[in-house]
Amino acid sequence: MNAFNRLMTGAALGLALAVTSGPMGSAETPANMLVIANRIDDITTLDPAESFEFAGSDVSRNVYQKLVNFDPMDLDAGYQPEVAESWTVSDDGKTITFTIRDGLTFHSGNPVTAADVEFSLRRAVILNKTPSFILTQFGFTADNVEQTIVADGNTVTITTDQPYATSFVLNCLTATIGGIVDMKTVMANEADGDMGNTWLKTNSAGSGAYKLVSWKPNESVTLQSNPDFYLGAPAMERVIVRHVQESASQRLLLERGDIDMARNLNPEDIAGARGADGVVITDELRGRLMYVSMNQKHPELSKPEVRQALKYLIDYEGMQNSFLNGQYVIHQNFLPRTFLGAVDENPFSLNVEKAKELLAAAGVESMELEVGVREAQERIEIAQTLQNTFAQAGITLNITVGTAKQILARYRARELDVYLGAWGPDYPDPHTNAGTFAYNPDNSDAAQATGLLAWRNSWDTGGLTEKTAAAVVENDRDKRSQMYAEIQATFRETAPFAVMFQKIEQTAQRDNVANVNLGGATTAVSYWPITK
Amino acid sequence: MAVTDTTEGRRRAPLVPWIKGALLTLGSVAVTMLGLLFVTFIIGRVMPIDPVLAIVGERASQSTYDAVYQQLGLDKPLLVQFLYYLWDVVRGDFGMSLLNARPVSEDIARVFPATLELATLGVFIGIVLGVPLGVIAAVRRGSWIDQIARVVALVGYSMPIFWLGLMGLLVFYGILGWVGGPGRLDIFYQDIVPSRTGMILVDSAIAGDWSVFRNAFSHIVLPAALLGYYSLAYISRMTRSFMLEQLSAEYVTTARVKGMSERAVIWRHAFRNIRVQLITVIALSYANLLEGSVLTEIIFSWPGIGSYITTALLSADMNAVLGGTVVVGLIFICLNILSDLLYRVFDPRSK
Repeated sequence: MNAFNRLMTGAALGLALAVTSGPMGSAETPANMLVIANRIDDITTLDPAESFEFAGSDVSRNVYQKLVNFDPMDLDAGYQPEVAESWTVSDDGKTITFTIRDGLTFHSGNPVTAADVEFSLRRAVILNKTPSFILTQFGFTADNVEQTIVADGNTVTITTDQPYATSFVLNCLTATIGGIVDMKTVMANEADGDMGNTWLKTNSAGSGAYKLVSWKPNESVTLQSNPDFYLGAPAMERVIVRHVQESASQRLLLERGDIDMARNLNPEDIAGARGADGVVITDELRGRLMYVSMNQKHPELSKPEVRQALKYLIDYEGMQNSFLNGQYVIHQNFLPRTFLGAVDENPFSLNVEKAKELLAAAGVESMELEVGVREAQERIEIAQTLQNTFAQAGITLNITVGTAKQILARYRARELDVYLGAWGPDYPDPHTNAGTFAYNPDNSDAAQATGLLAWRNSWDTGGLTEKTAAAVVENDRDKRSQMYAEIQATFRETAPFAVMFQKIEQTAQRDNVANVNLGGATTAVSYWPITK
Repeated sequence: MAVTDTTEGRRRAPLVPWIKGALLTLGSVAVTMLGLLFVTFIIGRVMPIDPVLAIVGERASQSTYDAVYQQLGLDKPLLVQFLYYLWDVVRGDFGMSLLNARPVSEDIARVFPATLELATLGVFIGIVLGVPLGVIAAVRRGSWIDQIARVVALVGYSMPIFWLGLMGLLVFYGILGWVGGPGRLDIFYQDIVPSRTGMILVDSAIAGDWSVFRNAFSHIVLPAALLGYYSLAYISRMTRSFMLEQLSAEYVTTARVKGMSERAVIWRHAFRNIRVQLITVIALSYANLLEGSVLTEIIFSWPGIGSYITTALLSADMNAVLGGTVVVGLIFICLNILSDLLYRVFDPRSK
């Protein structure tokens, strides 16, 4: 027992001494290193043919080049040449021939060739992972890629099944799935005919500004700069993205100078960090939209006046200026601002009297509706606000909160009266949203087009399907843009969708960090222009 | 000859109950594990989360959804699914994470050492401070030190760990700068020492890299102290209660009447008799910490098994949830067996 006592006493003393042996001061991050706190637990794979999550797209954008890509310092300019130096379109509008830029190399030292481009695009189609629809919507299949995606010398030719707008095809090639991989390295790591998929989930074989050093799930992603990057070696030689779940912890790390950027601060911590020494807050519009939709199988909701009335029963400004302050901005169109064809018209505001008139014109005195909401705080708060304003016009809104499985299953089965949810673009082309909000070629139950929002709400689109199909093959960029503006004008007035808000991402960063671009509504973050 | 045989028979006799005991223990472990697996598996299947949706995304077509549904074997009867899973687990295969397609066993081998390191230091703090505090509080019942022990325990029981963790970070990291921030190491020290055990304090000590050790210690000390405080609250109250019971017993009065020193009465007699009960309390406390304190791990960005299971659950990654749960169950069972063994050492009656 004496020995036990001595052991315990010694241990306690040692512990106390260790704790009180002086401050463990934290150094500022080095000038050539960028340290970011972010929630990266959504990363499931880093293979560009498979990656489809936000944090994964951030990695991919910096590791892989694409045939065409966005300039982070001028996103409004749209796609620009990258691996493809130039391109030509055939007279029938179905074939695009890309000329590959000379002198590009992968991180392995292998040259970037037309064969690598051919391999990468074919591979994405053959693997048929979740984002593959971005390419297969052009008619590419595992069976026809040898004819439709073909390398010849330093050119690559892709042939689509019909003459789509060139801007549509090229915008899709800027998506993560358009990343060009190093064929030799990837195939050297192939296992069981998986075209290197298993290996590429956790490794990289790109030619972008950074190469992947490590991805530790739910811990960190570390990138090392590529000194041979064709635009010059990035100033930040190392980028470390740390998974920090809690907003308050991110803020403390930032204010102590242990990180350079905090990407997930909640409104309270943004307000707190705004006054901190050496910290600045930046706002950037992202692509995510918040909307309410009305099932057209409901006899009352199918009346045009009722659809209009509900759009006048939403307190857009009240929500924007209270619990959504700084996080969302009013936007009533299905194309996010900064997209080709985006418009700024927001004609609806809370007007209970007008809503009552419209309901009276439709012969509706009162009704009871069920709204399905997934268990996310901001969505529940929006639903509660709707419940309050709808009640002012005699509409009882019953809120059903559930998990994704519960709510989405009913939404996809066309069972909910009203759905409150969010939608983000899959690729940076207007068709990504037009093709789901305003496109529904077969409204029958048997069609089971569960991927289309218009179908989920049993809406036949009143002619917008044809207009959407026409816009996606229009080659004149300005005319195409105008077509989407017109589709949205009709959509705003007639559709059973009330698009309400567009997401703003607020980032807190040290004031010495410059040239940060998170990618706006069209792409992901770019680390290579960043300086400190 | 006959005498010799009899003697040998007598020598062998104690082995029989020992083997019987070991078999009984193994049997009870197997039944418990089977029950745990079955219940966890069924809960995982009836929960309102959809692993298929988690993989294919909400925009997938019905045909893609159906294909993955079949690929995961979800179209088979529940019992068949369970038997397949059981067969894999028996072979040490927890399956692949549905989301990141990595073996669950590899993921657990990566996150569990982080929890083990944190929990061990936490329970160590709890024992080192909690046991003496409980003993002194019992010996000096009603004194100021007893009142302090009571308040310490009350705060430990009632204060939300989330709030206490954030306040600790704010004061000791944000304002005073005495400890490291969230995470296991500063970025400058990451990937310096090779990972042998996954426990950075141990790995850096083995490598003899004391700068990494010191940095790792500065990061672990606050969350460990926080967990240690909650253990301390529990251990000190239970120690006090056990000691009070012993100190009022007649044998203590007898010892005092015989003129034995108070120190000897307390530590050699009373304390000796509460060791068995204390082992149960400490084992329970340690097991609780080893299953991972989710909130502590979230606040301190500690990549342990608690946050791993939680993230997996929220992502509908049921293989990971099941794997993590089995490991936690095993920990409880192992600690129970260890407690039983220690009973035999400390309690002559159980021999």
